[in-house]
Amino acid sequence: MALPALLLFALFALVPMAIVIYLSFTRWDGLGSPAWAGADNWREALTSDVTRHALWLTVKLMVFSWIVQTPISLLLGVFVAGKQRYRALFAVFYFVPLLISTAAIAVIFKNLLDPNFGLGAALNLPVLGQDWLGDPQLAFYAVVFVITWQFVPFHTLLYQAGARQIPASLYEAASIDGAGRVAQFWHITLPQLRYTVVTSSTLMVVGSLTYFDLVFVLTGGGPGYATRILPLDMYITGFQSNEMGLASAISVVLVVAGLVVSLALVRFSGFSRMRSQQAGM
Amino acid sequence: MPARIPSRVLVTASAAVLALTLTACGSSGRTAGGGSGDGALAWALTQGSEATFRASATEWNKEHPDSKINYQYFQNDPYKQKLRTAVGAGNGPVLFENWGGGGLKTYVDAGKVADLTADLNADPAWKNRIFPSVLKSTTFDGKTYGVPVNGVQPVVLYFNKQLFEEVGAEPPKTWDDLLALVKKFKAKGIAPISMGGASKWPDLMWLEYLVDRVGGPETFANIAAGNKGAWSDPAVLKAAEMIEQLVDAGGFAKGFTSVSADTGQAEAQLYTGKAAMILQGSWAYGTMATGSPKFVSAGNLGWSGFPSVSGGKGDASNIVGNTANFFSVSAQASAKDRKTAVAYLKDGVYNDTYIDSLLKNGDVPPVKDLDAKLKATDNADWTTYVYGLARDAKSFQLSWDQALTPELGNELLTHLDQLFLGEISPQQFCAQMDEAAQE
Repeated sequence: MALPALLLFALFALVPMAIVIYLSFTRWDGLGSPAWAGADNWREALTSDVTRHALWLTVKLMVFSWIVQTPISLLLGVFVAGKQRYRALFAVFYFVPLLISTAAIAVIFKNLLDPNFGLGAALNLPVLGQDWLGDPQLAFYAVVFVITWQFVPFHTLLYQAGARQIPASLYEAASIDGAGRVAQFWHITLPQLRYTVVTSSTLMVVGSLTYFDLVFVLTGGGPGYATRILPLDMYITGFQSNEMGLASAISVVLVVAGLVVSLALVRFSGFSRMRSQQAGM
Repeated sequence: MPARIPSRVLVTASAAVLALTLTACGSSGRTAGGGSGDGALAWALTQGSEATFRASATEWNKEHPDSKINYQYFQNDPYKQKLRTAVGAGNGPVLFENWGGGGLKTYVDAGKVADLTADLNADPAWKNRIFPSVLKSTTFDGKTYGVPVNGVQPVVLYFNKQLFEEVGAEPPKTWDDLLALVKKFKAKGIAPISMGGASKWPDLMWLEYLVDRVGGPETFANIAAGNKGAWSDPAVLKAAEMIEQLVDAGGFAKGFTSVSADTGQAEAQLYTGKAAMILQGSWAYGTMATGSPKFVSAGNLGWSGFPSVSGGKGDASNIVGNTANFFSVSAQASAKDRKTAVAYLKDGVYNDTYIDSLLKNGDVPPVKDLDAKLKATDNADWTTYVYGLARDAKSFQLSWDQALTPELGNELLTHLDQLFLGEISPQQFCAQMDEAAQE
C-alpha cells in the first residue's frame, strides 16, 4: 500500500535531489549545458565567508525565533484555552495573521517600518522611526519580530489544543490540595504540554530553515549581508548570479542541516518513544 | 488479499495520469501563453512601455494577418528568471525584451540569440536612424544582437526648485558645490539627497558617475575587459572615497538604506519637500509626474547633469544609465517566425505612431532627427533635455550591473551596499572587487 507514496516521494524528492547533487559538481549558468567542475563548488561553498555567514545567520535565526516564540505562544495558548466568551472573541482577531499570505505580511511590515513614511513618522514617535530594515544591527531583529508576529498565532493554536486536552480532573484535584494558579501551571499544565512543546519546537526549528519568502520580500538579504540566511544565499547565488552549480551545493548543505536538526530533535526530545500523556491515570 | 490488485491498478493508472499531466505541462509550456496561439511570440515587461507595445501589436496584426506578433507581459524580476529557464530549456519566445550588456551576452555565448547584423546592414536607413552609442550595448565582437524599442534612460540629478530657492542655492556644478549644498540643507533641517538604497542599484549610479568624472570612461573599459587590478585603479579608489565622504557628511536622507527604489518613496521624499535632490534614471520623471502631477506641472522639478570633479579626466557631458531596452530574436525561432520578427522590428517599431506613443509617456527614443516632434510634446522641456543629453554625450556608459556578468554585477551591488553602510572601507571595496573579478 505504500507504493504510491514511495513513487511520489521518489519522483518529487529523490530524483530532484539526485539531480541537485549532480549539478553541485558542475558549472552551469542555466543556459548552456552543465560543465563538470569536480569539487570546485564544494570547496567554494564550504570555505566562502558569505556562505558560512549565511549558515551562522540561519542558526541564529533558528535559536532566536524559538526563544522568542515559544514562551509567547505557550502562555497565549493556555490563556485562550480557557472558557470565558471574551477569549473566544480575542482568539478570532488574534488568529488573523494566520490568514494573510507571507508576501503580503512582508509588504505590510516593509511599509510600516519605513523610517520616512512608516508608523514612526505617522504617529510622530521617534522610537518607532528607527531605520529598522536599513540598519545592519537592527535588520536581523526586525526580521525575528515579523516572523514572531506571523507564526505565534499558529503555535498558540497548537498550545490551545494541547491545553484543552488536559483532563479537568487534574486541576480539580490540585485545587482541593490547595494549589494556586501558578502552581497548577508549573505542575500540571506545563508537564502535560510536554509533547506539544516538542511538536511546536520541531515545526519552529525546521521551519526556520525555510523562512525564505518573508526575508526575501522584507530585506532581500540586506543591508549588506545582514539578513542573508542560507535559503536566500542559495536563491541569490542561483537565480541572480546564475551560478547554478554553487547554488546546488548550498542547497545540499541546507538539506543536510535540516536532516541533522530534525534527527537531533527527535532523538533528544524523546519524540520517538512517545508515551501516552495520561499514563498512570 | 483481493484488495491488493485494484490498488496496483490504481498505482499504474495514477502513474499514467501523472505522466500524462507532466507531458501535458511540458508541451503546453512550449506553445502556451500566446493567447490565440498563432504568430510569433514576444515577451516583454509590464512596466515602462507596455502600452506602446500593445498598440503597436494591434496595428501590426491588422495589417499583417499572415505574420502576427503575440505579446505576453511579465513583471521585471520574475521575468528575468522565467526567460532564463525557458530559453535554457529551449522553450523561449521568438522575440524577447532585454537590457543588452553582460546579461544579453550570456545568452549570446550560449548560442541562443540570432545575429541581426546582416538584417541591419541590408537596410541602412533602419540601422543609421538609431544612435550608435545605444546599439553598442547589444553589439559583441562586431555583431549586433538586438535593437532598442523604447526610450534612452540616462541618469540625471533631479532637484526640488522650491527648496533650492528657500535656501538660496543653485544646482551643483562641481563636487565641491554638492558638498557645500549638503551642509546648507542640513543646517535647515532638510535632507540633502534621497535615495532608494535598499534596492542597492541606485548606489551604483553614484559610483558610475564618480568613476567616470575622475578617471574617464577608460577606467570602466578596463574593468569590463576583466583586466587584473582594474578595480584598484586610483580613479575607482578615489570615487569610493568620495562616496564615503558624502555618506559621512550626512548627504543622504536618514534611513536611505531601508528605502526601496521600486515603491517610489525616494522620489516622494523629493516632491514632498523632505529631500532636496535625487540621482536617478530618466524614468523617475514619470514616477514623479504620476506621484505628484501638480509638483511637476507647476515647474517645481528641476534637473541637471552630474557635477564635474576638479582635476578629473571625464568629460562633463558623459552620461551613465540604461541605454534603452532592446528586443532580440531567438536563435531557435523557425525561419518564418524570424522573418516576422525582423519585419516587425523594422517597420512595426519606431514608426510615427509608435514614437508619438513613447513621447507621450516621457520616453525619448534613441533615433535621429526627432527635434520637431519633441517640441510638440506637453513635456517638451524634459524630452528635449533628455534627447540632447543622449545625442551629445561623448560617452554613454551602460549601467555596470547590466554591463558586467550577472555574477560580478551581484557581488558589486552587495559590496557597494556595504561601502554605503560604512561596513567596509574604500580600500577594502577595491580589493574585494578585484578578488571577485578574478574568480
